[in-house]
Amino acid sequence: MEPTHNIRRLMDLYRTMSRIRAFETAALNAHKEGVVPGPLHVSIGQEGVAAGVCLNLTTEDRITSNHRGHGHALAKGAGVQGMMRELFGREGGHCRGKGGSMHIADFSVGMLGANGVVSGGIPIAVGAAQGLKMLRSSAIAVCFFGDGAINRGPFLEGLNWAALYNLPVLFICEDNGVSAFTATDTVTAGPGVIARAASLGVPGVTVDGNDALAVDEAAGRLVAEVRGGKGPRLLHAKTFRITGHTSTDAAAWRDPADVAAAKARDPIDRLGLLLADRGVATADLDALRLAVFEEMEAAVNDAKAAPWPDEAIAYEDVQDVGAVRFSGVSA
Amino acid sequence: MSMHQVTLVEAVRLAALQEMRRDPTVWVMGEDVARGGLYGQYRDFLPEFGAERVVSTPISESTIMGAGLGAALVGTRPIIEMRIFDFVMCAMDELVNQIAKIRYMFGGQARPSVVVRMPHGIWRNSAAQHSQMLESWFVHLPGVIVVTPSTPADAAGLLVNAIRSDDPVLFFDPKNLFPATGDVASVIEPIPFGKARLAREGRDLTIVSWSAIMPAVEQAAATLAADGIAADVIDLRTLWPWDQEAVCASVARTGRLLVVQEAVSVAGFGAEVVATVLETLGPARVKAARRLGAPRIPIPFSPPLEDAVKVTPAKIVAAAKAAMG
Ligand SMILES: Cc1ncc(C[n+]2csc(CCOP(=O)(O)OP(=O)(O)O)c2C)c(N)n1
Ligand SMILES: [Mg+2]
Repeated sequence: MEPTHNIRRLMDLYRTMSRIRAFETAALNAHKEGVVPGPLHVSIGQEGVAAGVCLNLTTEDRITSNHRGHGHALAKGAGVQGMMRELFGREGGHCRGKGGSMHIADFSVGMLGANGVVSGGIPIAVGAAQGLKMLRSSAIAVCFFGDGAINRGPFLEGLNWAALYNLPVLFICEDNGVSAFTATDTVTAGPGVIARAASLGVPGVTVDGNDALAVDEAAGRLVAEVRGGKGPRLLHAKTFRITGHTSTDAAAWRDPADVAAAKARDPIDRLGLLLADRGVATADLDALRLAVFEEMEAAVNDAKAAPWPDEAIAYEDVQDVGAVRFSGVSA
Repeated sequence: MSMHQVTLVEAVRLAALQEMRRDPTVWVMGEDVARGGLYGQYRDFLPEFGAERVVSTPISESTIMGAGLGAALVGTRPIIEMRIFDFVMCAMDELVNQIAKIRYMFGGQARPSVVVRMPHGIWRNSAAQHSQMLESWFVHLPGVIVVTPSTPADAAGLLVNAIRSDDPVLFFDPKNLFPATGDVASVIEPIPFGKARLAREGRDLTIVSWSAIMPAVEQAAATLAADGIAADVIDLRTLWPWDQEAVCASVARTGRLLVVQEAVSVAGFGAEVVATVLETLGPARVKAARRLGAPRIPIPFSPPLEDAVKVTPAKIVAAAKAAMG
């Protein structure tokens, strides 16, 4: 039994994870149906990380994300309708239909954007932390990236930089063991992300990312340290991506035993069992899961019915000075 | 307004100083900036503004660029110093995929209000990795402003405007002209982007240029004048936006165009100028439209080899005379 976790907090985690799962499932189905253009990177199986980390953040805190960013955005409080419309490329999307899944962002809740470039969000988060510190804000920056990102230069530069200037940034290495289609440990030398972070002056801890409580507790401690001015920290959350790399990858290349084992460690089921243990009625959990399923189904229907953006919108949001205007005639 | 004669590097120093005094959210980051910067363009900033606003960084170009963007997203206005243009190659993702795209990709939610300073051009026999002029690459990149001044007053006024701009501005300091002198006002007013400066008036020929090669162009124009050829000399000052009206109006009068660039001529900005003038005025009104630039080879080290690549006043005079037919 985890004494620091009251039922309400557990239910918050459960709800956030369930909403992410329902969103991802609905999006994936819509993609299969052919109504979502472009590829999706969904985070089914990894929900515990986004939920556990973001439960410890305020709206003022900023996050940056990677290509697999729907869960991070939802956990940070991004509006579902704007997200789904964005995936569909429709009017009313958070990015006006110009970003899509890979560039999902909702600045109104401190979600500074998913990123199509592996490790692209790391320098941005570091700089956001530097700016927040300069402005004497109590907010912090949190940076989500995958295990594949630790092999790019910006990871090393960014951690060095964050430690050097003692910046309020929490790095989250969401370790699902794969860099796209390749096992990360087959392309990564040395003892791993924690040792790399330590060598750059960033203390880190490893948690079971499929245990949302463990993530919540560890993130809570690290967020408090970061907010308290102790400098950057890193959370290494080990998890598993149940679905493929992209929406078009059936993941048939994977060892079925690994997938079966991962499903047995499904973060949502695990928390559900714990909640039942703590006396929450199964019917209440089922009702919650049905409600979030309906919420996402409604978002899909809304997105399907939403109009396509006007051609003129393609010419907007480029720059103020030197902007090219829409002639009114299609090119 | 009182004016004083200063070097170009002092002019841009004064411009950044003025803006950092005016706006406490403006700060500068880059290698050695707390030591005054490689050229002294931030001399004495550290004692006045402190280490939090004058940040000497690690040699981490990706993060210098990317962190500048992140800091802009939370409401500060960084001046991102790249030291020498060529090193921006180590930060191209952060510049091209992030800074130039973020406002658009996020549907207007983001304002990447940064100035990226990239001192460029041939300089003191620095060879192929410290002499490049690739400003045309960035004109091709939607989302950014491209600034290429040549005089102290223009560099100062354009830098002030760049720092105040909400758009990301790529500011190409003409590093070989840092010692050049000129008058700068004691209060530096912003110079708008997209307005060319007429450096010399003449009715026979229009010469268009920008950045470090401008003094050679003016020297050539003086020689041409002595030979009875009067050139309109236009310093574009900014390449995006650029003053198409001024250039087209001039060529409409003179009927002849020569674009002079220090950069490699092939696929350079000169091609854009020539194409725009021909499209706008029509071939019948343009008797000559020519480009002069470097051959398509890297900048060599040895002084005679470097000299051979450079665009010189003599080459400009010859190209102008060829354009006169
Ligand atoms: C710089 C860069 N290189 C390659 C890619 C192509 N790519 C997209 S996602 C991905 C795998 C990333 O692995 P990881 O960071 O562990 O995230 P995961 O997909 O496992 O969530 C790759 C190689 C990219 N987007 N950016
Ligand atoms: Mg991975």
